[in-house]
This record gives sequence, C-alpha cells and structure tokens, in this order.
Amino acid sequence: MTDATDPLFREIEGPSPRQMLKARALKHKALIFGMTVVLLLVLVALLAPVLAPHDPYEQSLMNRMVKPVFMGGTWEHPLGTDHLGRDYLSRLIYGARVSLLIGAVAALISGVIGTAMGVAAGYFGGKVDAVVTFLINVRLAMPVVLVALAVVAILGGSLTVVICVLGLLLWDRFAVVMRASTLQVRRRDYVAAAQVIGASTPRIVLTEIMPNIFNNLIVVVTLEMAHAILLEAALSFLGLGVQPPTPSWGLMVSEGKNMMLFEPWLVLIPGAVLFVLVLAINLMGDGLRDVTAPEGRS
Amino acid sequence: MSDILTLEGVKKTYSVKQGLFGTRKPLTAVNDVTLSMRKGEVLGLVGESGCGKSTLAKLLLGLEQPTAGKVLVEGDDMAGLDRRALAGRLQPIFQDPYSSLNPRKSIYDLISLPLRVHKIGDAASQQKAVREILDVVGLPQRVINTYPSQMSGGQRQRVAIARALVMRPEIVICDEPTSALDVSVQSQILNLLGDLRREFGLTYLFISHDLAVVEHLATRVAVMYLGRIVEEAPVADLFERPRHPYTRALLSSVLTPDPTQGVPETSLGSDYPNPIDPPSGCAFHPRCPHATEHCKAVAPRPLETEAGRVECHLHDPESPMFERSAA
Ligand SMILES: Nc1ncnc2c1ncn2[C@@H]1O[C@H](COP(=O)(O)OP(=O)(O)OP(=O)(O)O)[C@@H](O)[C@H]1O
Ligand SMILES: [Mg+2]
Repeated sequence: MTDATDPLFREIEGPSPRQMLKARALKHKALIFGMTVVLLLVLVALLAPVLAPHDPYEQSLMNRMVKPVFMGGTWEHPLGTDHLGRDYLSRLIYGARVSLLIGAVAALISGVIGTAMGVAAGYFGGKVDAVVTFLINVRLAMPVVLVALAVVAILGGSLTVVICVLGLLLWDRFAVVMRASTLQVRRRDYVAAAQVIGASTPRIVLTEIMPNIFNNLIVVVTLEMAHAILLEAALSFLGLGVQPPTPSWGLMVSEGKNMMLFEPWLVLIPGAVLFVLVLAINLMGDGLRDVTAPEGRS
Repeated sequence: MSDILTLEGVKKTYSVKQGLFGTRKPLTAVNDVTLSMRKGEVLGLVGESGCGKSTLAKLLLGLEQPTAGKVLVEGDDMAGLDRRALAGRLQPIFQDPYSSLNPRKSIYDLISLPLRVHKIGDAASQQKAVREILDVVGLPQRVINTYPSQMSGGQRQRVAIARALVMRPEIVICDEPTSALDVSVQSQILNLLGDLRREFGLTYLFISHDLAVVEHLATRVAVMYLGRIVEEAPVADLFERPRHPYTRALLSSVLTPDPTQGVPETSLGSDYPNPIDPPSGCAFHPRCPHATEHCKAVAPRPLETEAGRVECHLHDPESPMFERSAA
C-alpha cells in the first residue's frame, strides 16, 4: 500500500491461500502432533486384525489378570490379560475401532443435522431462525447424559443405539456455531453480488457460504467427536453403552474398576489411551482453527 | 429522454430492536423517493452516512423489496420481473472490495461466475470472455489464477468491476466504489469507471458522500437527507446554484482542507437526527439556518422546475417563507 509508483502492475504478491495454509499447518506443532496421533490410531483401528497379537474375545481362565510386561509379565501378553484372561493389548486395539467409529459416525449425524439447521437459520432468518433457535433452546435444556441413559435403558445398549442416540443429541453446538458463522458471512457483499447475478439459493449456500464457514465446522466436528467418544466411554462404564464382550475402552475401565486397588493398570491403560485420543482430537481441532482462519482482512 | 430505471414513491421501513427488552420500532431508511435514471447518464447520489443511500441501491438491485411504492425497469415493475433476466442488465459495484470478493475463489472463478450461472457459452468462450474483460479493466492476464488475498485494494476493485461488466449490463449501481480505497488509487478507479462508461455506453448510479468526486463524474445529482431526496438538479446547476440549505451546507464543506476523509464536516450545528425518531415537519429544520415555526410544523412538498426538483419552503411560492428566498 506504500507503493507510490503503480500499485496495479507490481508483482502479484505472496503465496496463494492454499500454499499459505500448508505453510501455517506445517509450523503448527500442536496440530502436527494431534493429527499424527489421530492418524496413527485410525491406522491401528483399520489394521486391528493384523496388529492384534490375539483374538480379543478369546478367554483363558488359566491366564487371568496376567501383569503387563513392564510390571513383570511376559511378551506373550505385552499389556497383560483381563479378568477373563483375554489379551489386553488386543482388546485395546479393537477398542480403538469402537471409539473412532462412534466418534466419527455420531459427529457425522449430528454434523449434518446441526449444520443444516444452523445454516438455514442464519441464511433465511425470520421464521426459520425463530424455529431453529427454539429447537436449540429445547435441546440445550435437556441433560445429554440423562437423556442418553434413559433412551439406552429403554432400547437396550448396543453400538448402533449408542451411535444413533449420540448423533441425535449432539447437534446443538453445530447448529449454534453454524448459525452464527452463516449470519456473519451472509452479510458479506459477495453474497449480495451472487444474488444479483441470479445464482440459486442452493448454489449460494454451497459455493459462497459453506467454503467460508468450513473452518468453524471442522473445529466443531473435532470437539463433538471427542465429546461423543467420552460419552460412549461414560455410558459403557455405567453398563448402558456398548455391551460386553465387545471391546470398548469405557467398558474396559468399567470391568477393571473392581480390581482397581490391586491391579490399577487395568483401569489406567484404557483410561490413558482414551485421554490421549481425546487430547489429540482436541489439539487437532484447535490447530485447524488457527491454521484456517480466513485469509486476508477478516 | 427514456427512463430506464425509475423509483415511484418508494419507501423502505425496517423494524429495529431497541433497548434491552427489544421493543421493535420502525426505521424509515428510504422515505417516499421518486427518482428516475435516464439512459446514458451518471446520476450522482450524495448524502451523509446513514441517510439511506445503500438502502436505495439495494432496492434498485432487487436485494430489498420496497415497503411501499414501485421500482420500474423500463416501465415494468421489478417485482414481476425475472431476477435472472434482470442480472444481465443491472449490476452492482460495492464499496468494499474486501467484502465483495469471496476469498475462497480464484479470480477466474469470481469473474466467470455470471457466465457460469447464466450458462453463457462453453468453457473456452468463458475463458476468452474473462481474458478480454481483464484487459478492459486493466488487469494483467497472470492474475487469472490468483486469489483476492494476493491483491491490493485497487486490484480487487478492478476484479469487482470486471465481474459486474462481464455480462455487458446497461446499468451499473456504484455504491461508494472508491471510498474504501487508498487515496492514490481512488482516481485510477474513477478514471476507469469514466472510460468504461464511454466505451460501453453505461448508465451509472453513482453513490458517494464526496461531492468533489460526484462533480467530476456525474451528469445529474440527487441529494439525500434522512431517506428523502431533498434536491435534484443537473450537476452544473447544483454546484453553481444550490437551492436547498442542506445542499449549500454540503457544498461549503467541500472547501474544507480534506474533503476525502469520511463524512463531510458540515457547518450544520446539531447532530444528524436519529432516523427512528425523525424531526417533525421538514426533517432538516433542526439544523437549518433558515428554519421557522412553519418548517417545524409542515413538511415541504416537492417542487418541480426546469432546473430540477427541490423540497424546501424557501422555494415554494405558496409557502409563507417564499419571499425570504429572494434575499
Ligand atoms: N437491514 C437493516 N435493518 C435495520 N436497519 C437498517 C438496515 N439497513 C440499513 N438500516 C438503517 O437504515 C439507515 C440507512 O442505512 P444505509 O446503509 O442505507 O445508509 P447509507 O446512506 O448507505 O450510509 P453510509 O454512507 O454509512 O453507507 C441507517 O440508519 C441504517 O441503520
Ligand atoms: Mg452505504
């Protein structure tokens, strides 16, 4: 802006938005760490049959509660065995599938519901907005854990039920954030320009609004994934989530809690993995928010 | 004289929330405006911030619907016209090129949007049209694959102009197209707009709060105050013989040292009134040096003369104040 000659014909400056995004992402240590951990765990979940040393369901009453290798156990069961003699490492590896599946699918369902509601409310305003705001308030007045417990208690716990219940309950933050972001972007003149050009409403929403609120969406996706994973663990811990013998980290903590004072690793190992996964997802979300902040003047 | 765009008694009222408990009150942003644009002219629209200029532009663009009155496009009510058909004839240039260009789209995608929406030509001819219009607005070809964030304000505004012109419209609504730009770039953009008008025979509505810019570009000027057009005249008449006291005040402010900086500092004593609670009678009376009880009580009627139109008791032969204007 200080160029006194001809600012028009000076070189087009700087890298493209995509290059800038890449450069910023590579510099963001927390993002790199979070993404690496999440990707690793996704790989572990996908390759579970290859990686797991044993069948996670195979019981061996002769080998109950073998200690992990770092507490004097053997490499036959690196992380020991549980109260039914099942290999703990194998159950942990298969448990990653449950956690990630629940996190991803619940976030997908609630993301679709919440984004549709929030964007519609922000874009159309008026009556649509009033209805959506009312629904959000109704939803916020319901205690998630209690409702989830009640529904699961009535329908019975299973992976599908837990996913659906969480998916249908966790859309509130999506709706709130997408509504606010849409309201903000909708005021931009490029939306008015597209309207004057005669672009259809779906086209405007998809090509003018969505790309500019996508960064906020990603952050909420990660938050809600972590939220769903923790809620599944809590429900399973209370016996109302995924049912035994399915390997789920929450269930493993629950099964280990009776032995907690004598064999604390039974609780600590799945607890620690859960902690690392949720932390990594949150770091990834925070990092993505930092890195994708809209280019140029905001 | 053919009027290609006409406002007939157009009024736009918003309902705004006031205070903690949100009692809704009407705010009349545009109040009974009758105005027409003739083919090939540049109609300047001036007025202080908040007087309703942008709202008027939105009404003309069909982005807002009038609360009362009609917007006519060559005699047809805009409400009944197809928006897509209208798009080819009427395009906007907005004030802030940082807000008018989607930061996620490349320059090519931005400029070709009208062509793609209206399915004009195939990919190759669209590419050709974009390259041509880049030349027309004076942008180098290599910007085609860059993004707005890589450009300066002046370059962005050229992109916005290219997008507005790529379908060769007849009328361009420019809402303060230079006031967000650096002073050094402003004149380039103004000259470009002038050249384009001559080249393509465009009709402009040129909104500005900068009278110097309007004098440079406009052929006719409308002065807006609190949602109303208080005076309208050919540019030479308005600058030589301003009739409305508000126009005079605006003109005297052009002579202040830095007229380009924001809203003109007028010699008007009191503040700009709150549009939710407009003054009685003539809306200008609290700030008018000639105001009398009559102005407080009675709203002036629009007076058409060959020199234009004015809404002021001083110029109304039937008003008790008429004689004083002779002085
Ligand atoms: N969508 C809206 N809802 C409520 N009030 C509005 C809305 N749009 C504009 N207004 C009000 O209408 C009045 C006129 O606004 P407008 O933007 O047309 O003014 P303007 O002359 O363009 O001002 P500026 O020079 O600052 O751009 C203002 O008082 C503004 O607060
Ligand atoms: Mg404005």
